[in-house]
Amino acid sequence: MPVTTIAGHEVHVDAEGFLTDPAEWNHDLAAELAAAIGIELTAEHWKVLEFLRKDFATQGETATTRRVQTVGGFATKDQFALFPKKPAKKMAYIAGLPKPRGCV
Amino acid sequence: MSTPIVPNFDDEASSGRKLAIICSKGNLDMAYPGLILANAALGEGVETHLFFTFWGFDMIAKKRMNDLKFSPTGNTAMHMPVGDIRVPQALAPMPGMQAVATKMLKKQIADLGVPEVPDFLDQIVGAGGHLWGCRMSADMNKFTEADLRDDVEGIISASDFIEITDGAQLLFI
Repeated sequence: MPVTTIAGHEVHVDAEGFLTDPAEWNHDLAAELAAAIGIELTAEHWKVLEFLRKDFATQGETATTRRVQTVGGFATKDQFALFPKKPAKKMAYIAGLPKPRGCV
Repeated sequence: MSTPIVPNFDDEASSGRKLAIICSKGNLDMAYPGLILANAALGEGVETHLFFTFWGFDMIAKKRMNDLKFSPTGNTAMHMPVGDIRVPQALAPMPGMQAVATKMLKKQIADLGVPEVPDFLDQIVGAGGHLWGCRMSADMNKFTEADLRDDVEGIISASDFIEITDGAQLLFI
């Protein structure tokens, strides 16, 4: 399992770069992860990230776009606006969670 | 210090990839492949167009889209939920079979958290997908834009479709 350093934080990642240990995540790191992929976090972003972390803790897997919409209450359109082009992957990455596995 | 390992989400290289899916089927089971793939493509940042033609028109027609059915008739691949036995074709056209099969399929799909067709199309449009109706199917059904979902961008001819999908990968369902 490779280890990489993002703005001073040492984290374990998989071959793609997603964090493998959700416990290594914190708010400061999130901002750095976002910056690394060209996103500046606003309050709206944080609401989504917090939902993802909370949901992961209870479900044991990362919420898909659909779940972020139906359970989290964030419209699909807004998800695409906050995390352009590949929202599911980007939000999972910034939240320090694995890519969602579900199809919808 | 080496470069950190960060996923490459390909933002700079705007791949310009385009996908066009032709949805020609009106049975409930065959409505899904196009929707699932369109949703997946959109989630990967691919410009995606769905073209509804022939029986697929039912997926976007307001009067029909909430009422798609499934029957084992002609579908030898349908298996019973228990024992993995194929549903005998002789039973398939019996009264009630269509309703039972439709209900079963809907439940299986819902259990996976996959939405019904109209909601799924809402999500696809929300994700930036483009919906188009086929001119010929509209004429055959004597439908106009008013009979279709409000987010269908237009009823277009085959040549319009060929123009729109210049450079696109095509999928016929």
